Amino acid sequence: MLLKIEKRAEQSRAMVYLTPIFALILTMLTSVVLFHLLGVSPLEALYNFFILPINSEYGLSELFVKGTPLILIAIGLSVGFKANVWNIGAEGQLTMGAILGSSIFIYFHEIDSVFLLPAEILLGALGGALWAAIPAYLKTRFNANEILTSLMLVYVAILFLSVLVHGPWRDPDGFNFPESRTFSESADMPILIAGTRMHFGTLLAFMAVIGAWIMMSKTLIGFQVKVIGSAPTAGGYAGFSQKKIIWFALLFGGAMAGIAGLSEVAGPIDQILPSISPGYGFTAIIVAFLGRLHPVGILFAGLLMALTYLGGETAQINLGLPLAVTGVFQGMILFYLLACDVLVHYRFRLNSFGKAAS
Amino acid sequence: MSGFDWIVPVILTVITAATPLVFAALGELITEKSGVLNLGVEGMMLVGAVTGFVTATVTGNYFLAVALAAVAGGFMAFLFGILTLSLMANQVATGLALTLFGVGLSALMGQEFVGEPVEALAKLNIPGISDIPIIGPIVFGQDGLVYLSFVMVAAVSWFLYKTKAGLILRAVGDSHDAAHSIGYSVIGIRYMAVIFGGAMSGIGGAYLSLAYTPMWAENMTAGRGWIALALIVFATWKPGLVLVGAYMFGGITILQLHAQAAGLDLPSQVLSMLPYLATVLVLVLISKDQSRIRKHAPACIGRIFHPAA
Repeated sequence: MLLKIEKRAEQSRAMVYLTPIFALILTMLTSVVLFHLLGVSPLEALYNFFILPINSEYGLSELFVKGTPLILIAIGLSVGFKANVWNIGAEGQLTMGAILGSSIFIYFHEIDSVFLLPAEILLGALGGALWAAIPAYLKTRFNANEILTSLMLVYVAILFLSVLVHGPWRDPDGFNFPESRTFSESADMPILIAGTRMHFGTLLAFMAVIGAWIMMSKTLIGFQVKVIGSAPTAGGYAGFSQKKIIWFALLFGGAMAGIAGLSEVAGPIDQILPSISPGYGFTAIIVAFLGRLHPVGILFAGLLMALTYLGGETAQINLGLPLAVTGVFQGMILFYLLACDVLVHYRFRLNSFGKAAS
Repeated sequence: MSGFDWIVPVILTVITAATPLVFAALGELITEKSGVLNLGVEGMMLVGAVTGFVTATVTGNYFLAVALAAVAGGFMAFLFGILTLSLMANQVATGLALTLFGVGLSALMGQEFVGEPVEALAKLNIPGISDIPIIGPIVFGQDGLVYLSFVMVAAVSWFLYKTKAGLILRAVGDSHDAAHSIGYSVIGIRYMAVIFGGAMSGIGGAYLSLAYTPMWAENMTAGRGWIALALIVFATWKPGLVLVGAYMFGGITILQLHAQAAGLDLPSQVLSMLPYLATVLVLVLISKDQSRIRKHAPACIGRIFHPAA
């Protein structure tokens, strides 16, 4: 073989930061071809996707609106992924967080108290964490694969939401539409900047970024997560419990997804609908990887993925491009990232035929 | 006799619900036996489903539709192979990426075909024989893919346990270093196993969009790719048990439809949860016994192979 792949003694730090950028460039190049195939001018499409949506103050604020759930969830997932705990059921945890979080308003909607919103957020976190506790229990007690169990529970959660919206939680004055009553002012996420939809959840996302950064770099539990993830045997010798980390990773991921769900229904959506997320729980997986499982990286990756949602909508309105382009784009970027990651752990060597004896 | 009239239609629907699972799980079984875990089954099924549907709608040729669905699924798996086998990417992450990409790609490919009806795959009809009560429609009245699924179960079994190629495949999955040192191309064999898995998932997907519900809808697999993955654990990597498991799940899926029709006083959504809850339950029951899993699971599953130079 002319090209040889050699394992690096140590992973390349430069490549850790460069590969997401490579992946983005490759995705852009491929999408030029894709746009061409779809019969639109690639330049115009890229402009509509990446520039036009954030060309205004309102557009920028929308970037944070869409980025908020992605960042919240990805922060939670990244801790699990670092520990090799593959929670891919965040979409379900988001749904259960939204359900339990809003239950207090649905059942006591006349309440007008400053404690209502904090209670909703706490219950949202609890709802997500409880839903994630199921795969955690099944994994630690019965060794059941958390990938499959957490994913199966996504479908169960979404069906449960549907039961509620079509039944007991339907707005009594809502002409039988499958919608709950809209959140009252004291149940709503407060708006941060008047005239936009940017809400308190965005602040929570920023707090999560900082909090996770401190947790992962300064606390024992963060250290344990990293050790168990990269060298489980060493972690065992150090007396770190793998089961404890599995529980922690899933509960933390579930809680963050639950908060994201609640902040969606008490924020931009303002009520419970049969569908409360365009797959944020799955896109957040891409965000976590693209952000290199690092809180600050996740912040940027979350905003980038939020841009693909906005860009998809803009391109649909202006150019008539199908909304599904967003999904292709998101999948593609993760694909390219994983492909480029070979550069982190390996290096390419050209074999010259003359002296290649090894 | 009239009291049992419902049995035949129930069995017929169980068969159509189980067949896509048989294809997808058998394909992934071969992939896993070679030591590769491809979590992209859902994505490959979706791309197969949309490819089959679009081909059938445009050309009307169902043979071509199924063939192209297999090619499309195989191509998706080939992409997975490039990443995990040649570029040594993490198999779990890449499989997830394949599913996310497949969801998006299939939605894009099928967006102009949503809600369009297509004629269901033709069923065998031998005058006289297919009309025999009970046995006629069940045994002699299926579409070609149902028969093919049974043939594939036997073929995969035979291949794995009765042929030299199957032995080599299992060797690669159980100890890639040993297989490499006796001179087998671990990467080449795994590419073939991965692509076979993708092609079978593609056919399974096409069965959904051409026979189970002859139409295309975004995300129409509804988690079947993941259920197929769980089935393999349930079957402890044995083709015969995959068939049993797939029919069990087909039965559960259909049970909910008939329970609804029978007027069971539960929200329909609660019954729709059954297949997913059953999958969790089955995983728990099987995984409890770790020694059994360890005995049957390919030892190298999910591990990256990089030949030391």
